[in-house]
Amino acid sequence: MSLSIFLQNIANGLSLGSLYALIAIGYTMVYGILRLINFAHGDIFMLSTYFVFYGILIFSLPWWLSFIIAIILTAFTGMLTERIAYRPLRKAPKISLLISAIGVSFFLENAGVVVFSGIPKSFARPELFDTMLIFKDIRISTINIVSFIISIIFLMALLYIVYKTKTGLAMRAISVDVETSKLMAIDVNKTISITFGIGSALAAVGGVLWALKYPQIFPFMGIIPGLKAFIAAVVGGIGNIPGAMLGGFILGLTEIMLVGFMPELSGYRDAFAFLILILILLFKPDGLLGKNVQEKV
Amino acid sequence: MKNRFLFLVVFSLLLVASSVVMAEDVIKIGVFEPMTGPFAVGGELSMMGYKLAQEHNPTVLGKKVELIVVDNKSDKVEAANAVERLINNHKVVAILGSYSSGLSIPGGEVADKAGIPMLTATATNPLVTMGKDYVFRACFIDPFQGSAVAKYAYNNLGLRKAALLVDVAQDYSVGLANFFKKTFEKLGGEIVTNLKYQTGDQDFSAQMTEIINSGAEVLFFPGYFGDVALIAIQGRELGFKGAYMGGDTLDNPKLLEIAKEHAEGVVATSFYHPEAPATTEISINFVKSFKEKYGENPNAVSVMTYDAYNLLLDAIERAGSTDPNAIRDALAATEGFVGAAGTITIDENGDAIRPAVVLKVKDGAFHYEATINP
Repeated sequence: MSLSIFLQNIANGLSLGSLYALIAIGYTMVYGILRLINFAHGDIFMLSTYFVFYGILIFSLPWWLSFIIAIILTAFTGMLTERIAYRPLRKAPKISLLISAIGVSFFLENAGVVVFSGIPKSFARPELFDTMLIFKDIRISTINIVSFIISIIFLMALLYIVYKTKTGLAMRAISVDVETSKLMAIDVNKTISITFGIGSALAAVGGVLWALKYPQIFPFMGIIPGLKAFIAAVVGGIGNIPGAMLGGFILGLTEIMLVGFMPELSGYRDAFAFLILILILLFKPDGLLGKNVQEKV
Repeated sequence: MKNRFLFLVVFSLLLVASSVVMAEDVIKIGVFEPMTGPFAVGGELSMMGYKLAQEHNPTVLGKKVELIVVDNKSDKVEAANAVERLINNHKVVAILGSYSSGLSIPGGEVADKAGIPMLTATATNPLVTMGKDYVFRACFIDPFQGSAVAKYAYNNLGLRKAALLVDVAQDYSVGLANFFKKTFEKLGGEIVTNLKYQTGDQDFSAQMTEIINSGAEVLFFPGYFGDVALIAIQGRELGFKGAYMGGDTLDNPKLLEIAKEHAEGVVATSFYHPEAPATTEISINFVKSFKEKYGENPNAVSVMTYDAYNLLLDAIERAGSTDPNAIRDALAATEGFVGAAGTITIDENGDAIRPAVVLKVKDGAFHYEATINP
């Protein structure tokens, strides 16, 4: 493998990884606070692309406005699913919450088939994101650079919210102990709602960038990216925000490098991602950046 | 008969099935197609052909034809369930479908076991009909298609180095790639790299980087249109300058809609194209009525399902009854049936012998290039 091909693979891996990272951050955030693996995250991600699609198609909005509206709408959808499917189960065992999340996921996918039809749709790409930049032998699409920068920006913004604001303080308090947080006059419902809003907005940003890169949208498009983001979140240490980011980049680079170095194994790419998940769970279940927290009894 | 007991069971089931149909005075034909999932476009195009054909020929043996459509969700297990449902719940006398070989293989197995004749319009993998007495197809098979497209690449386009990018989750893709490889290597060409992916993968940047690195002059990607569209985009973006070639699944309007300018120059074999020299009155009439009904040019999938419906009705007419065994024998004896896409003769394996057309994308549409005879 020559140097230029190696660098091209690095560029491809980073761009794929930044998308995984964006989705994984939302996953990990909800888990960090509610101890809930929100399996519907990938489907929320899918919804955002349809919001953009219909925003442009039916309301003839300019693309940037359509993106912003889609992100807001997706955030509200996330809050709504929390209100309907998770809040009534707050006192129930964690397993019920998990099953409810799987139910929401199936519901959104199949409702998508009914409402949007199962036929894949072509996602319009504004010229700005459709341009190739060529550095010697290495070719990078503008969308790759944009998604890389955006994922870094959102990581910073999120760290700021979680560690420097009052809402963030409330989120961290709830993640430690819900009952005591209530006694400290924290509005638990509102804070959890905000967490879902932010998590879903991040899924929407990931979704829009994903669709700009792979301009084909369909109701089941969220399943694989959702699973990959889940793996990324676990690799980085689920509940840990920089960890999800790191996990996303590691997963993206590994997938690309696997094909780059061992082309004959290219059909086993997804299997390899799950192998990483199993290895991490076996040997470092807290993930790379996760802290070993004792479960409270 | 291998198993007398099974035969008796099947036979009595058939008696029940046919008596139910007699009583209702309609002839029920089952259709299983992917109405949802990644191949939903294929299912939709298939339905356009069936519906138009039903409008033109609504009756057989003096009775109304009722099409019972079941969605197989682009899923292999669901495909088997769909056929099971058509046979056991709806008591159909024959089955049409499905788009995609991967769906037609499990569906065909169920139909064959139950002894209900099944006719697929566009599934090209040899395994669809192999070893099954009750499964037929109205199209050519992949060994012919793969060798036709390999010959075209080598002889007509002068290409010598090919890369393969195969969907390992699809029988169709794996089969067609192998047949292409065999002929291309026999002619003296070289397969410089053989890469894989799975249906629904969306990132192909690593594979395309490797293919560009291999120095391939042509990429043969016999996958389904959605994945192929993404491959075509990413390949051009990463700087792949070679030709793109594939099989009949590429001949789909969605490919052009998603890949846009990156689909320019794609070469594909297909069943039919309206620009190909129209031979019969029925094909001219088909193009005209298709445009009237749907307001667009006919596509290869719809014309094939149109022909499949008519061929099945023709077989029922020739059988003179709705007994599935009689229909099966009539289908097997098909010779020189004139359809909109050409003449169909069914060989001893249950496959149709017919020419392939070569198409090329120019200015955002598929255009006719050549006809290759078997």
